Amino acid sequence: METTIDHTADNAQSDGKNYLNQTSGILSWIFTLDHKRIGVMYLVGVTLSLLLGGLFALLVRLQLWSPDGLLVDNSTYNQFFTLHGAVMVFLFVIPGIPGALGNFVLPLMLGAKDVAFPKINLFSFWLWSFGAIFFIVTLATGGLDTGWTFYTPYSVQSSTAVLSATMGAFILGFSSIFTGLNFIVTTHRMRPKGMGWFQMPLFIWGIYATAIIQVLATPVLGITLLMLFVEKQTGLGIFDAAQGGDPVLFQHFFWFYSHPAVYIMILPAMAVISELMATFSRKIIFGYTLVAYSSIAIALFGFLVWGHHMFTSGQSAWAGLVFSTLTFSISIPSAIKVFNWLSTMYKGSVRLDTPMWYALAFLFMFTIGGLTGMFLGSMGADVHLHDTYFVVSHFHYVMVGSIMFAFFGGVHYWWPKMFGVMYNKFSAKLACALIFIGFNTTFFPQFMLGSRGMPRRYASYLPEFTELHQVSTVGAFILGLGVAVAVIGLIWSLFAGKKAPQNPWGGSTMEWETATPPITFNFNETPVTKPIYDHSGLVYNEATGNWDRVEAPSEA
Amino acid sequence: MSATATNTHDEHHDHPEWLAHHFDTPEQQFEAGKFGIWLFLVTEVLFFSGLFCAYIYFRSHHPEMFKNASFLLDTNMGAINTAVLLLSSFTMATAVRMAQTENQKGLILNLWITLACAFGFLVIKFFEYSHKLHVGLKWGDAWSPTPQALSEFNEKLAAAGQPTVEVMPDLHNFFSVYYCMTGLHGIHVVLGIVAIGWVLARAYRGHFNRYYFTAVDATGLYWHLVDLIWIFLFPLMYLIR
Repeated sequence: METTIDHTADNAQSDGKNYLNQTSGILSWIFTLDHKRIGVMYLVGVTLSLLLGGLFALLVRLQLWSPDGLLVDNSTYNQFFTLHGAVMVFLFVIPGIPGALGNFVLPLMLGAKDVAFPKINLFSFWLWSFGAIFFIVTLATGGLDTGWTFYTPYSVQSSTAVLSATMGAFILGFSSIFTGLNFIVTTHRMRPKGMGWFQMPLFIWGIYATAIIQVLATPVLGITLLMLFVEKQTGLGIFDAAQGGDPVLFQHFFWFYSHPAVYIMILPAMAVISELMATFSRKIIFGYTLVAYSSIAIALFGFLVWGHHMFTSGQSAWAGLVFSTLTFSISIPSAIKVFNWLSTMYKGSVRLDTPMWYALAFLFMFTIGGLTGMFLGSMGADVHLHDTYFVVSHFHYVMVGSIMFAFFGGVHYWWPKMFGVMYNKFSAKLACALIFIGFNTTFFPQFMLGSRGMPRRYASYLPEFTELHQVSTVGAFILGLGVAVAVIGLIWSLFAGKKAPQNPWGGSTMEWETATPPITFNFNETPVTKPIYDHSGLVYNEATGNWDRVEAPSEA
Repeated sequence: MSATATNTHDEHHDHPEWLAHHFDTPEQQFEAGKFGIWLFLVTEVLFFSGLFCAYIYFRSHHPEMFKNASFLLDTNMGAINTAVLLLSSFTMATAVRMAQTENQKGLILNLWITLACAFGFLVIKFFEYSHKLHVGLKWGDAWSPTPQALSEFNEKLAAAGQPTVEVMPDLHNFFSVYYCMTGLHGIHVVLGIVAIGWVLARAYRGHFNRYYFTAVDATGLYWHLVDLIWIFLFPLMYLIR
């Protein structure tokens, strides 16, 4: 006999309230210690950053419509692409998934009441907001034209707002460190009874691996930016060749953080995809243990490959050889993940809901992004492709094609849990399709441009590149339209969406066992740990749209 | 680690007031706090590691600068400061023990001594810095040694049995590294003073007992790290020639 166990009643509050309406007023949000509210505030912040960064992207693409620039003068164009890169990297891609989804979901997945240090979590959000304001100050006070890398010696000489931008990045770095620290301690100390390391959802593995990099790499960026700041203020000379310093030292320091930082970006995306694949294939992730280990492997290997950004910066050929080899080795754990996701779908009961659309798109684009990375990791090819549109396209396939898709996939997956409403599935899928088409139209031509020698960051170009640039610009606007449809669709659902059931997708992890939206303290009782990704107890209820948990027929 | 079935959130009567609502047991809270502060110390080590790399880089590219410059640093003041910090680490460790044994007076006394040592360190450092700046031993392109700096340099050289020089050698890279590293360390001492002051204020209010002394412990660990970094800076800057 099957008996339905209704957990909704268990995890409701006696006063019928939830974390969203427990208290009201703006101050109750600003001073909240609730990880869910902090997650929601991050979600708002990173989405606004995405839209701002996207606006600059559209301006960049408009400028590149004609070979001599369509809109503005060249120095304004320099500021556009720098602000596009800096806002996207520091305010959207790095904090996006860990800040918004990690904060919301991680304690819920652990059956915990909150992260280990709620005050530090709030402090981290404030730091992030404060750092973000520095960037907006940069905008107002004359832009920034160094690119997001702040390479010396130009960043020391540039008269634009390098100081406020590095200060902003410094503050954002500390925000990132405290978030990572919180997640590591939470994962170690707050797991529920019976949940060993290998009963943890892969989302937690991914966020945990990310947190390791945040904690170990970000301080190095902190000290680098601090040195740059002091150098610019006082003429310190550490990065200045004229004074016996070394600008390449800056590049080493910068990439020692910023290469691991690309794994700060991609690991949470992979973490989201693992959850989506498991739920929408209704199977345990194929090779669960290897996928878990591969996250850690990527985190550790990521520290050893920074030199591949500097093949043309005058490091020795031997150093290049070692960095190149290590770079190739990092494709192994990445490939393990991709193959295991594919194998998860094999003979799974695949359902093509919106989050799964994003997950499938992720697989295509991450594969393209990853494989083109191999071209750049091999020294000979890189000398030809270095600083061309090939590089631009490669990292956009990873940062946008993979990370933004995972972000949207995750947001669409957990949206019902966050706000208790279902979005319009048609408009959500339409948005996904538009983003997919727009993205590929934008960036595939850039591979061609790059391999034909179009250098990145240039304000003007040879007339023979015009057509491909124009295709790319058209694509960018389709992409922008898609993002707008997705965001508007989600916001619309807050007002007009149907009420969401407790478990609309049949997710097997603990966040689906609490009420929708969750109550303030998440669970009245810590949930019982079940075998990881075991979907056998979940049955779809046509009447409510919920996946009810039923007790398996007893074996006796 | 696990919550018992009766442990609901509306009923906090089994929670002591120092136990945060989201932890199930004092052990869990203590372990989380301890792990957190150790991780934070790891980030601090990595924060300083950039400067240590810069030190290695400049030392290997300009060994003569580092050899000469160490004559210009005041080894006595450095040694006194080392002793001051070691004493403060001892009293900090004692303070943690006093918190554990609920010796209120001992806790407050030891925290005051630690605080006094921290200020003492900064005062001595202030005298060192102001003399260096006075004779123009500055960083980077601000490097402008006065004749007084040259004569002091020659005195030290003579005392060490080395030949004296006519012109001050260019040591600006060393002083860039010196001011960066000792300056960042000084900022950490200031932050330590803030943290110790906070713990002291809480100690007066009787916040700590044998079950809850995490804040004293964490501040202590941080303070030991600040001490430890100086233990590396002192020989690297002042002693190695």
